[in-house]
Amino acid sequence: MRELELYFGPQHLGMVGNFSITLKVEGDRILKATANPGYLHRGFEKLMELRSWIKNFPMVCRINVVEPDSMEMIYAMGVEKLAGIEVPERAHYIRSIYLELARVGSHLFGLWAYANMLGFDTVAQWAMYHRDLVLDLFEELTGGRVYHIYIWPGGVRRDFPEGFKDKIVNTLHSIGGCVPDYDNTFFNNRLFYERAKGIGTVTREEALAMGGTGQVLRATGMQYDVRRVEPYAAYDKVPWEVPTREDGDAYSRIWVVRDEMIESVHMIFKLLDAMPEGEVYNRIPNPFKWTIPNKEAYVRCESSRGELGLYLVSNGGDKPYRVHFRTPSYTHGLTILEKALKNASIADVGNIMISLYVVAPEIDR
Amino acid sequence: MAKPSLLSPLKSAGFLFKKPKTLRYPFELKEPAQRYRGFHLNDWGQCTGCGNCADICPNDAIQMVEIPELEPKLGEKKERPKLDYGRCCFCGLCVDICPPGSLRLSRDYFHIHFDTDTFTFLPKDEKANQENFLPAEKYSVLKASLSHRKENYEGFVSDLQYTLFEPERVHMPEVSPEERKVSFIEQVIGYNREEAQKEAGRCLGCQLCEEACPAHLKISDYIKAIFENKTDESLQKIFEDNPIPAICGRVCMKHCEDACSLRFRGEPLAIRWLKRYVADTTKDYKSALEQKHVKPSGKTVAVIGAGPGGLAVAYFLILKGHQVVVFDELPGGGGTMRIGPPLYRLPLESIDKDVDYIHSLGVEFKFNTKVGRDVSFEYLLKNYDAVFLGIGTTLSRSTKVKNSKKCLLALDFLKDNKIGKQCKVGKEVIVIGGGNVAMDVAREALRLQHMQYPKNSVVTKAVSLEDWDEMPATKEEIEEAKEEGIQFHPAWGPKEVVLDEKGCVKGLLCMKVKSVFDKQGRFAPTFYEEKERLLEGDMIIEAIGQAPDFSFISKKLFDQLKFTKYKKVYVDKNGMTSITGLFAGGDIVNVNLDAVTAIADAKIAVEGIDKYIC
Repeated sequence: MRELELYFGPQHLGMVGNFSITLKVEGDRILKATANPGYLHRGFEKLMELRSWIKNFPMVCRINVVEPDSMEMIYAMGVEKLAGIEVPERAHYIRSIYLELARVGSHLFGLWAYANMLGFDTVAQWAMYHRDLVLDLFEELTGGRVYHIYIWPGGVRRDFPEGFKDKIVNTLHSIGGCVPDYDNTFFNNRLFYERAKGIGTVTREEALAMGGTGQVLRATGMQYDVRRVEPYAAYDKVPWEVPTREDGDAYSRIWVVRDEMIESVHMIFKLLDAMPEGEVYNRIPNPFKWTIPNKEAYVRCESSRGELGLYLVSNGGDKPYRVHFRTPSYTHGLTILEKALKNASIADVGNIMISLYVVAPEIDR
Repeated sequence: MAKPSLLSPLKSAGFLFKKPKTLRYPFELKEPAQRYRGFHLNDWGQCTGCGNCADICPNDAIQMVEIPELEPKLGEKKERPKLDYGRCCFCGLCVDICPPGSLRLSRDYFHIHFDTDTFTFLPKDEKANQENFLPAEKYSVLKASLSHRKENYEGFVSDLQYTLFEPERVHMPEVSPEERKVSFIEQVIGYNREEAQKEAGRCLGCQLCEEACPAHLKISDYIKAIFENKTDESLQKIFEDNPIPAICGRVCMKHCEDACSLRFRGEPLAIRWLKRYVADTTKDYKSALEQKHVKPSGKTVAVIGAGPGGLAVAYFLILKGHQVVVFDELPGGGGTMRIGPPLYRLPLESIDKDVDYIHSLGVEFKFNTKVGRDVSFEYLLKNYDAVFLGIGTTLSRSTKVKNSKKCLLALDFLKDNKIGKQCKVGKEVIVIGGGNVAMDVAREALRLQHMQYPKNSVVTKAVSLEDWDEMPATKEEIEEAKEEGIQFHPAWGPKEVVLDEKGCVKGLLCMKVKSVFDKQGRFAPTFYEEKERLLEGDMIIEAIGQAPDFSFISKKLFDQLKFTKYKKVYVDKNGMTSITGLFAGGDIVNVNLDAVTAIADAKIAVEGIDKYIC
């Protein structure tokens, strides 16, 4: 049969985000897939070298549109490590609660994309609606719906408003109450099983070799989570589980996402109970004369997509000398995607890509 | 794992009969959260025009624009922030940095317009822009825009506890009151390098201080240089406008600190102490400043009085190449600075450091030379191309109450103690006056008492017409005097100095003050004649103000001299008096009566003299 080269994206119904894949196909079967990033390259890392330490906060969150919060967190962690800024206990708890809310919001967004891709429009609409409820919480807490700009070096920008704890609990209960509906309509649906089972399989060895983290690795049965192996914020203060699945295919990955959301909600409840009173920020220096000693730091955290790392260098100036992000989508969207697409059918390209949870701006930075 | 059922999704069929969750906008509206980050509000009454919002904006969305009709208070700018909503990302950094907390975000976020220029916007709030902020019944979301907004719709506002900068000053080490009241040791110890850099690091660089400073020193530049540990550069910046940093770094009235942005959320920057740090850490001004000699112009200028004004005139004129001779009756430079501020505030070495540098540039000083006694005023006017009058106020005023001749006068007392023979003080000293000079006198008398009567109990009392809140002395002077144990008797006016049978001072008979100023705000004290009390004391010093001594000017010339309604010497915009070739500045010209204003006058006069003689 004749070999064909097929461009999948950036303008394609099955493509989420500004990203493209060049496929070499024979009939319906993919012989070779080549990821083709760069459509969203805005030079964040370079731009950050031109802005003062504080001015980077409103920008760093924009690297990941879906879950800006872990970006704020990682940059704050990096700056805190370089400048030696301590964070008050309550701020650690607030950060964890906030990040878990962000994880739920991000997973709901992912579920929307995935369900939409498979044609489960009803579930997609539900997920979007429930994500909006989470965004309402963010709006209440931070004043912004998508870009919150809430985590700062030294803590968080504002304390919880009055009655916010109850609001979180109520919102999460109303979303949690719909889990049976999601299960009936989607997760326990035979159609989902047939579409996702055995598709885009990545073995544990392959995932490890190619830098897979997050759901990609946990779907192969490995209990790897930065929140567990190198706890930050308040993740070591309450007990929680790392959900895993065994098969390493799209089906397992989406189930891990589901279980993780539920685990996050449970974790938020525990954190809310254990949260101490007190200050939520330590003062940072005058932003116009803030210099950080000549040092470098590497910090990492668990974003909703996997391990997020930041290499931050200061040369003693008022701006970072070098900023580099290790983003999970980079490995998932390039090497692992190319591997998972091999021998898949054209109809499954979007399915596999979204199950790997690729967010294009994270690749391009 | 068993394969899931094909029929499972049917369980959700009930959703077909539920109401949709979608809001039917604009018939159903969703209220933004309390902290929503929408369009800006700015209270123009509070805004100082400092421009910190524009500096911190990561998108350059804020521009400071001049508002001509604005009448700024001292130390405020005529500028207000203008937003470009094509750039703004609503991060709220401007809100968090705003020192007075005037800039806030509202919960409005609609603006639809065909004209892109409307997206640049000068935020005001309800008070300043009532026609654009509408009550709920007049507001319609269909018309919502930047000029059709809801009133009382504040969103993200500054949390006044939360500051992006350090609100507390680096503590200035001082000698304790117990230790300092028994000696003339300098009270303020001064910052070391780390402390100075840390304090300089608090500066936001908004330059409100420069607006407020009479001499407009480039404060933010020299503070930045201190922060970067470039003291030489810092000193150069200071010398551009002020040639006596060691003096001003100690006794300046610091109008700059009253205007500092940081004061809204904490203590103002210690600008005066930082200037002192630069002056003190620079061992040799000459090598730090590297000022080049200019070609001599061949013109000569006489300066009468080596006070701050005279020194500044001499310094700036010599830099322009003119030959300058300074005449002063005191044995050294500094004028009132030499005799007024006691040693614990301004040691003689600091004065000499500044004066010696000006001398080293080629200025000729003729000390111990009193104009009118050793050299005639007419001679100077005739033989020099121009004359600058910086004589200050050298005559102490007296209360002129009964027996007031038995009292000492403030300036004589201060002068004798600082550069002459130490006075013998009484055990109970009464100081009349509530100004800074009175505080100096009282605190100096207290020190002398402790030194002269180490074992006895001694007391210094300060009597002033003004009550606590009206007292003209600075708050910190009053605080420090209290710490040292000075007794205050505010709102009492002197009636008579009471003598014993030998004719020695026994006490001061006082009357309770009704009011100090009249309705027009003029000084016109009234008393309750019947409410009297006798303050016991064996020594009384009057410190109720000073007047200039014009006795060296002949009657004929003096009649030509014009005065303002405040009884100050009239000068034109070039600093020239009504006598051609005679320029003036300092306490005889301005109403501020401080060193830095004298320098400001001097700068004007120098330009005038330069124009006049060239």
